[in-house]
Amino acid sequence: MSIAPSARKKSTRRAERVELLPPRELRGILETVLRLAKSTGAAETEVHVDEMADALTRFANNGIHQNVFERVVTVSIRTAAGGRTARATTNRLDEDSLRATIEASLSLAHSQPRDSKLLPMPGKQRYRNVNRFVKATAALTPGDRACAVRLVCDLARKKGQVAAGIFSSGMSQTAVGNSRGLFAAYSETHSQFSITMQEDPAASWAKGDSADVREIHFQKLAQRASEKAHLAVKTKELEPGRYTVILEHAAVLDLVGFLFYDFAATAVQDKRSCLNDRMGKPLFGKNISLVDDIFHPLQKGAPFDGEGIPRQKVLLVDRGVPRNLVYSRASAKAARRKPTGHGFALPNEYGEAPMNLVFSGGDCSVEKMVAATDRGLLVTRLWYIREVDPYEKVMTGMTRDGLFLVENGRVTGAVKNFRFNQSLIEMLGNVELMSPAARTTGEESFEMVVPAMKVRDFHFSEVTKF
Amino acid sequence: MWDLCTNALDTTKLRGASYGDVRAMHLRQRDLTTKNGQVGTLAQSESIGIGIRVLANGAWGFASTDRLTREGVTACAAQAVSIARASALAKRSNVVLAPEKAYVDSWQSPFRKDPFEIPLETQLALLLATDAEMRKVKDVTLTETNMQFRKIDSWFASSIGSRIHQRKLISGCGIGATSFQRGEIQKRSYPNSFGGQHALEGYELVDSLELMKHAPVIAEEAAALHSAAQCPEKFGTLILAGNQLGLQIHESVGHPIELDRVLGQEANFAGTSFLTLDQLNKLKYASSIVNVVADARLDHGPGLGTFAYDDEGVPAQCTDIIKDGKFRGYLSNRETAHLIGLARSSGTMRTESWNRLPIIRMTNVSLLPGTWDYDDLIADTQDGILMDTNRSWSIDDRRYQFQFSTEIGWEIRGGKKVRMLKNPSYSGITTEFWNSCDAICKFDHWTLWGTPNCGKGQPMQTMGTGHGAAPARFRNVRIGTAFSKQ
Repeated sequence: MSIAPSARKKSTRRAERVELLPPRELRGILETVLRLAKSTGAAETEVHVDEMADALTRFANNGIHQNVFERVVTVSIRTAAGGRTARATTNRLDEDSLRATIEASLSLAHSQPRDSKLLPMPGKQRYRNVNRFVKATAALTPGDRACAVRLVCDLARKKGQVAAGIFSSGMSQTAVGNSRGLFAAYSETHSQFSITMQEDPAASWAKGDSADVREIHFQKLAQRASEKAHLAVKTKELEPGRYTVILEHAAVLDLVGFLFYDFAATAVQDKRSCLNDRMGKPLFGKNISLVDDIFHPLQKGAPFDGEGIPRQKVLLVDRGVPRNLVYSRASAKAARRKPTGHGFALPNEYGEAPMNLVFSGGDCSVEKMVAATDRGLLVTRLWYIREVDPYEKVMTGMTRDGLFLVENGRVTGAVKNFRFNQSLIEMLGNVELMSPAARTTGEESFEMVVPAMKVRDFHFSEVTKF
Repeated sequence: MWDLCTNALDTTKLRGASYGDVRAMHLRQRDLTTKNGQVGTLAQSESIGIGIRVLANGAWGFASTDRLTREGVTACAAQAVSIARASALAKRSNVVLAPEKAYVDSWQSPFRKDPFEIPLETQLALLLATDAEMRKVKDVTLTETNMQFRKIDSWFASSIGSRIHQRKLISGCGIGATSFQRGEIQKRSYPNSFGGQHALEGYELVDSLELMKHAPVIAEEAAALHSAAQCPEKFGTLILAGNQLGLQIHESVGHPIELDRVLGQEANFAGTSFLTLDQLNKLKYASSIVNVVADARLDHGPGLGTFAYDDEGVPAQCTDIIKDGKFRGYLSNRETAHLIGLARSSGTMRTESWNRLPIIRMTNVSLLPGTWDYDDLIADTQDGILMDTNRSWSIDDRRYQFQFSTEIGWEIRGGKKVRMLKNPSYSGITTEFWNSCDAICKFDHWTLWGTPNCGKGQPMQTMGTGHGAAPARFRNVRIGTAFSKQ
């Protein structure tokens, strides 16, 4: 069952309802800043106006224990003149405050040495339209979220389990413009439902994420977490070592999410990317292809970058070979390439990054992967992942919320959690099977479109006590 | 601000809230970075708003707004009550708070030099000069420096009558040199990794770091690490430098003692804790020389966990966490203190900003100094490895099993540092590790380290925490696992 605005009393719903500013008002703030900046003598000015209204209902021990709402409008102003640039940000929208913020930006900019590589601000751009604002999500109220939470807590009680999790929903809009006539705007909604079901001493977890809250089937997620928690109550301890693993979508996401910055041209220019000296050479398995694609139907985010440059679809890895990087305007100029629309807001030292990764995936379901495995481990999710070796991309972390032994094509029980120390490069060379790629949400990386994977020789180095 | 706070509290009362507290906050921040001799980030920001927390129908609600008009705040207060009533639809039981007095006070963290009054040119000149010093070293391929300054004003008012204004000034600074050679990336940072040292101080923190003196040292080390021997894989004696021990304390003591984790309130995200309630006053957490406190008082030092009152209006306190090796206390708030029968909160409710709900956070969770002189500790170690400056950190969601790696290691043989080791790492089980501690250096070597980037809560909040530590020695520790090829 998915959640949609309920039939609760109309007057209650009206009182709880939140709306964003009309887009013309957002643009009005932006134009006010450009006008004020012109009168203060700023040579070039760029303005970001961002508004967000987010709510999050948090539950634990089968009841809501935190329930929050925030709204904020932020105005961020970058001025540039004579090879110098700086940014100042405020959430005070009166003209005096905006003028003071412009002056702060100018003052910061003037305090630094000239940068001969600083580019003039870009002019007007053309954008492909994307619509990710769903009214049903925007209309969700605290009462709607509480009703959904009550249902899953009731399920937990019925099963003798304890539920904890979140149900969040919100909306945001952003507008970017500059004194050279560039203007871009975007709005979206977002919703997430995450649940941990605990059955002492075990726990399991499931999570969904969508711009459209009606696509989040929270009771199905709760049911899945409940069943896996029950299955995980009795664990046995296995020896650390190399195992065939079936990584569910969230486990894949949270690992491969650590690769995204390596595809930044600035990271390569700074020699801190694992792709240094490896571009154009076979690095992963031939079954691995990866694009950054903001326009993919399962992706979210604005179709422009921090300078207002339109985002392009970029083929990053083609059948195991890293082919392309993403570029901001500055890194593109340094590399004599075209910007791909992935730059962060200036000034910054990191350049850019692909934020909308889409893996090619396969056609094998997780169930079929299990059926095709003589001996291996089914991994629900991973936790506290950190980089051990930046060039070999060795990551460490723990399994969490359900690690299951697979024998002769079926799950035969749960095992105690392992620590892993595993090179991502090696891992993506050892992928034997993949599911279709799906929009996936985890806890260690931002949302992407990734498949579940069956991987051989995954390295578990130590075991913990549960 | 007080008028808006009073207006908010009046509204919550009118709407039927049984308790309310309000935090108006004004946060100002300046960020400066350089990279390879160029200015990277140069930005300042301010954020001002109000967060309102209420109890209605026995359940919590929180709403925040940056519309600081009478109408905006009234609407926000009404919304907080409405959210609390929605929470009550799925509450487990009525929230009860441990008793606390009302306070009317004003406090400012002490500092000698206001960094916002120091010319930007001076600050950038120091960073660029340090950056240049590191780039003089051959084979250094990336140099980075940073400074960060924050000024935070908060006005706290509660329905029990508290009115507390606090102003905190926080400074942070660090430098790093990276070397990419022959398919290997090595990095050295000073005085700590991930942004350097951070403290509740003014620009005097930057002055004290002597960046120009240390820049060539770490740059040389980053380049030299490529030729150093690989850290061996074995069980052996480990000495941790204070900056790494600070993070060890953070992960394996500071987080597991958070009572919200212990009580399952973080089960979905940050995890739970092995320190279940039956362990209090019973568990032998560490060897008898280990004493850990959670101390938010200024007497403890200018840490990132230092304040006069927490964000629930409870005065700063010092709580014994580990006393002579025994587990003695948790970090609590008014709600969880009541739940486990404590007379009072330990005063650890903290919020990142006006738009975040205060949650239980570490204050300054510190290992108290021991008796050893550092040179004597090295001289007393026949066969060991000294590890310095964190590179990676990870621990399971109940805080048993951890693994850390550091930027640099040193082999110690016959009481002397004999050679540099690259890619050092160690791992273990929390209580086994702390029970293996047999030497802690004295106060002369003790530093109150600042961890500026502790993430917790949903929505995520980043908080600064303090961790006092002096170098310490641990026996029979598993070393080198992170790079094991087995």
